[in-house]
Amino acid sequence: MNQPAIVDVSGNKETTTLNLGPTHPATHGVFQNVLEMDGERIVSGVSTIGYIHRAFEKIAEHRPFYQITPLTDRMNYCSSPINNFGWHMTVEKMLGIQMPKRVDYMRVIIMELARISDHLICNGILGVDTGAYSGFLYLMEQREHIYEIYEEICGARLTTNIGRIGGFERDFNDIAFAKIKKFIKDFPPVLREFETLFDRNRIFMDRTVGVAPVTPEVALSYSWTGPILRATGVDYDVRVAEPYSSYEEFDFDIPVGTTGDVYDRYILRNEEMWQSLRIIEQALAKVEKEPKGVFHANVPDFYLPPKEEVYNNMEALIYHFKIVMGEIETPKTELYHCVEGANGELGFYLINDGGRTPYRLHFRRPSFINYQMYAPMSRGMLLSDAIINMSSLNVIAGELDA
Amino acid sequence: MAKISNQTVLQKLGAHFGEKISVPSEPYGMLTFEVTKESIIDVLSFLKNDPELKFNFLTDITAVHYPGQPLSIAVVYHVHSMTNGVRSRIKVYLDEANPTIPTATVLWDGANWMERETYDFFGVQFEGHPNLVRILNVDDMTVFPMRKEFPLEDPNRVDKKDFYFGR
Repeated sequence: MNQPAIVDVSGNKETTTLNLGPTHPATHGVFQNVLEMDGERIVSGVSTIGYIHRAFEKIAEHRPFYQITPLTDRMNYCSSPINNFGWHMTVEKMLGIQMPKRVDYMRVIIMELARISDHLICNGILGVDTGAYSGFLYLMEQREHIYEIYEEICGARLTTNIGRIGGFERDFNDIAFAKIKKFIKDFPPVLREFETLFDRNRIFMDRTVGVAPVTPEVALSYSWTGPILRATGVDYDVRVAEPYSSYEEFDFDIPVGTTGDVYDRYILRNEEMWQSLRIIEQALAKVEKEPKGVFHANVPDFYLPPKEEVYNNMEALIYHFKIVMGEIETPKTELYHCVEGANGELGFYLINDGGRTPYRLHFRRPSFINYQMYAPMSRGMLLSDAIINMSSLNVIAGELDA
Repeated sequence: MAKISNQTVLQKLGAHFGEKISVPSEPYGMLTFEVTKESIIDVLSFLKNDPELKFNFLTDITAVHYPGQPLSIAVVYHVHSMTNGVRSRIKVYLDEANPTIPTATVLWDGANWMERETYDFFGVQFEGHPNLVRILNVDDMTVFPMRKEFPLEDPNRVDKKDFYFGR
């Protein structure tokens, strides 16, 4: 980060102050950066965040566990199922619930679809920011198909609130499986076409190669995780390092980059989409081998019974009442559980005192931690490079501010 | 998964710091212990730089408020040794009236915003922090909202009074 020396000897300011954001078409969310500019070059910058802070951690202290799932939706809203399942798995780990394998595989399918939808938005937008709109349009159609799959499974599209503590609220129906199979058949040609458009594109490479390179040492010092860390060459992926949801049974690669620049991050995200497709194919094959109709663990103390049973069955009514009123027995403990979100390690630090609600819940939000390097690394950069650097960091405002 | 056990980590720490490492436990397999604020930077620095342990990664810094305890604010560090696949949780209990603790930004650049967030919500003063100002809340806020005495909703709200609902 070569910072050009600007010495203000006369007392007259020789730089321009530029407010990049809070709302600007190129920032994809509410980010403000107050930049000191020397011509087109950034001398220094200060990031202001917190524009959509919604106090999720405070609200979580006043809500029963199952009501916290919708809060997690609204963190990284480009891949909310990963947040939902991450939270569910945290509570299941606390309660010691063992999931049936079929549920694990179904979760893996949805989480990998979410990863694809997040990465394709990021790479599509990167194309837009470098001046190519067509790639974004091609990919956006595929995100629609992923959202249709969510819709078939949980009824929602963006803020999914998918699944429950203890499994899914209903089984995947035949249409959902058909749509997933159609997606993994239809998506590869589109992704291949997208790669053909961008990978060796002269303009795209000129704009991205060598922009904002990061060394592994700096990335680790800034606690980076996820694709942007792997682009620097560190092969850290929670799915492999600490497998959850039976990821250890899947055969996939962790792509790593070398220079950590914007081009590496782009290539890496594309490669991760291919790996996600591999995982989904394997997961589909595994689901078919499992007994049909299993979509939740047998934990009546924590898993809401079906509504018809609540109305007609005393047992179910009692369980329903206990769960909704928060009368369930939970251990007094603390735990940290993390999943590989689309942007990095998404962690949940939960302290429970055995009451209705968590005593304290802290979200380790990868966007928040990844974004803090943005202003320091922008020093000496051209403004146009800083813009595409931001889109390749894939900072999601909801996850940044929580 | 882990290449070194929690016991190894604890033994090495015990050999180096002795009594300063207190109340070790392993909830859900993660080594958890307490240190005082005087020794926290030494402990973190030892964990980070020890050639065998290599806790090179700061996962998170946050705090917890336990009103009623003599030392009621706990600052919690999660560190991670990526090469060994081991995590540790370190807690430092502070006095609520004067919650000061040395900054970890000397060891990890990433501690900067984590500490700002902790200050913003709990009022923990990280001594030596380069820019300890509020980060998510508005600048002119006077309270530290994640402390337990701070209510979720504004108690001065008039639109949720019972008499509006005939109660």
